[in-house]
Amino acid sequence: MKLLPPWNIEREIVAKTEAETNKALGYDPYARPIGLHIRFGIVNLDKPPGPSSHEVVAWVKRILGLKHAGHGGTLDA
Amino acid sequence: MLPVAFEDATKVIQAFLLSGKEYVCLMQLHEDVAEQRIRDTFAEFAGEIFQRPPLRASVKRSVRKRAIYSLDILEIEGRRVLFKIACQAGTYVRKICSDIGEVLGCGAHMSELRRTRAGPFHENRNLCSMYDLLNAYDSCKTKNREEEFRAIVRPMEEAFEFIPRVYVRDSAVDAICHGADLAIPGVVKLDQRITMNASIVLMSLKGEVVALAKALMPTEQVLEQDHGIAAKTVRVIMQPGTYPSLWKEQ
Repeated sequence: MKLLPPWNIEREIVAKTEAETNKALGYDPYARPIGLHIRFGIVNLDKPPGPSSHEVVAWVKRILGLKHAGHGGTLDA
Repeated sequence: MLPVAFEDATKVIQAFLLSGKEYVCLMQLHEDVAEQRIRDTFAEFAGEIFQRPPLRASVKRSVRKRAIYSLDILEIEGRRVLFKIACQAGTYVRKICSDIGEVLGCGAHMSELRRTRAGPFHENRNLCSMYDLLNAYDSCKTKNREEEFRAIVRPMEEAFEFIPRVYVRDSAVDAICHGADLAIPGVVKLDQRITMNASIVLMSLKGEVVALAKALMPTEQVLEQDHGIAAKTVRVIMQPGTYPSLWKEQ
């Protein structure tokens, strides 16, 4: 039997109850004001082969004036 | 392809450690091998395999089962084999190359590797160069044009696309932001196939990530019961106070 990768698995959501959300609290993740959008943002970078992942992150921090940034794993396989 | 998370979004990086990956790999065989034998051996490695992490790894070096979702040869040229692999997090492609070499008898090693997917993020998804990011940010700051920047910089929620989710009601959010576990009354809807001890993500009804958690009950039990703790909060992501602390008044 073939193993399905996570990106091919069908996901269904089932409701236990109904509830509404207060529009005045929090944000739709796609409608955050720009400051918050950056604070909770992720970018999919096409890293050039030269610099290390660490150097790229340091560069991003400098350009965007960030206090923190991190990357999604180095190629350690 | 390198996902880079900003500020508070760095808390979601661990989601990438849990997610499946895809790579394109160039393997070098140490002797000439008949093409059919190469293809047959590759076919054996798709599915579940056993692996012990290499010496350099920072994980416990016990033999463990890993899922290889797919393993497809793209091209064979002499002793070089170019292939695509989709595998569970924590699978060492280098080890697969050397193991294939062992099975073939001649030995082999990984000569090049390119990651094409880490969980929901892949090469064809909003991939941008450092220049694109710089230009988009500049447009944002100096010309007040945000669309390009917002197209490139994604909300951190996208990192959880493949992690089972539980949506919690507004009144439960702040308690969780303070580290409280998720009680059943807080659950509104959830992924149908959550199993015991699964890593899950707790979300607000607006789709904002609240916290990473571990399921203490499978979905069926959560649907059936009225009380009990459904999940243990493992890592809070949302700032406390985003949703008011209604739980204090009780």
